[in-house]
Amino acid sequence: MPDPIESPPLEGVVADQRIRHLTRRSFVTGGVAALAGLGAWRWLGSATPEDGVPWPLRRLLGLNQSLVEGIGMPRGLAPTFSAESIRGASRINGLVGLSHEVDGSSWQLTVQHENRGIVQSIPLRDVQALPRLELVTEFKCVEGWSEVMQFSGIRFLDFVTHFRLATRSGRTPDPAGNAQDLFHYVYLATPDEAYYVGLDIASALHPQTLLSDTINGVPLSRAHGAPLRLYLAVKYGFKSLKRVGLVRFTDARPADYWAGRGYDWYAGL
Amino acid sequence: MRRLEAKHPRAIRWMHWVNFPLLTIMIWSGLLIYWANDVYEIRIGGATLFHFFPDWFYRTLGLDRRLATGMAYHFAFMWFFAINGLCFVLYTFLSGEWRHLLPNRHTPREAWQVLLHDLGIRKGSLPLAKFNGAQRFAYSGVILMGAGSLVTGLAIYKPTQLAWLTQLLGGYMWARAEHFTLTIGYVLFFVIHILQVIRAGWNNFRAMVTGYEMVPARERDHA
Repeated sequence: MPDPIESPPLEGVVADQRIRHLTRRSFVTGGVAALAGLGAWRWLGSATPEDGVPWPLRRLLGLNQSLVEGIGMPRGLAPTFSAESIRGASRINGLVGLSHEVDGSSWQLTVQHENRGIVQSIPLRDVQALPRLELVTEFKCVEGWSEVMQFSGIRFLDFVTHFRLATRSGRTPDPAGNAQDLFHYVYLATPDEAYYVGLDIASALHPQTLLSDTINGVPLSRAHGAPLRLYLAVKYGFKSLKRVGLVRFTDARPADYWAGRGYDWYAGL
Repeated sequence: MRRLEAKHPRAIRWMHWVNFPLLTIMIWSGLLIYWANDVYEIRIGGATLFHFFPDWFYRTLGLDRRLATGMAYHFAFMWFFAINGLCFVLYTFLSGEWRHLLPNRHTPREAWQVLLHDLGIRKGSLPLAKFNGAQRFAYSGVILMGAGSLVTGLAIYKPTQLAWLTQLLGGYMWARAEHFTLTIGYVLFFVIHILQVIRAGWNNFRAMVTGYEMVPARERDHA
């Protein structure tokens, strides 16, 4: 087919014929493309859901995670703020797993490792005896709001190191030197397991991941997760489990309350 | 006598039309996300002029209580939107099409004439060119907005890993507001774009589909 621009321009009746032909061809092509697109859209919407999301989208969320973990800027620190940036009362959202009363004085953490019979019970006061850290960061909820909050408590990394957790060998964990000895994931839950989160070990051992017992300078209320909660600066808030009762290290990716209800499992920021 | 002239290259046409559903999906899934914390409003003094968005808006369009769905679609289709947009920019520069698109030193004056003409204030015909001054501003602007959406979107998506970027945009809350404002900008662009396409008529619209335009031979000889 001659290109009208390369050859002498078409004029008059020939041009009219030619544009009619081009119009027919282009609209048919466009129509077919539009139908194909619509078909693809329908297919995507009706693809078998995996945890509440069509499986191709789940696959893409997984790819996003690998990409983010793979491009070698894995763990910067979340920006920190001065205490003056804290505005007003810390917002409360989500009360699943917090229904029963708790007694902080006798609180114990149950710690398990996959394929190991021993279940450890670690009293809260032993955790609280470890060095403390204050962290003022911007708490980010998946709903879209964010708030500068202060959490203080014990680094999860320090907790794991002191009690020699998270390793297959049972030795003291050494994320920098002997990462292969670490379990890939950790599962944390309320004592009744009504609410639970799954974390990749890198995020759990991030220096801004805390086991916290205060928020904005005051001890945690029940709604904020008394007596001990998790706080992660590098995840959306729904991963910051309130009322930590159970900690289990595992190599299989653990279940996660909101990831099972359509949200991204990784939820990394 | 009329003659046939090539107007829009095939690649431009494809990317333009592919962008239409992609941007629609991004705005739709963005609204599903925004619903979960719909705090933006236009305020004058203490009075709220408009709240983004009234409840009937979400309910009519089925946009309520679908945050998880919105995030899944948004973080999947962002790739297609970004890749198509980057290809468009790349093609525009490599093919030389940018000469028709980017504003030059005549553009401000010409855009002003177009505005007066379209408002019915100025009579007489406009200079014949592929894109007039107003179009150059509008089309270059909307490309910049697309880049802005990618940048602000990344700042919201990875505010720890890209903390420098988030900070540059004024922080997490500002980046969100900027991302939202750009979206409103697309909708305004779309409304005006459609009205102008209708005004310009069939020959112009057909050129965006077929790539060719019928031009009065006489006028062409003057140009």
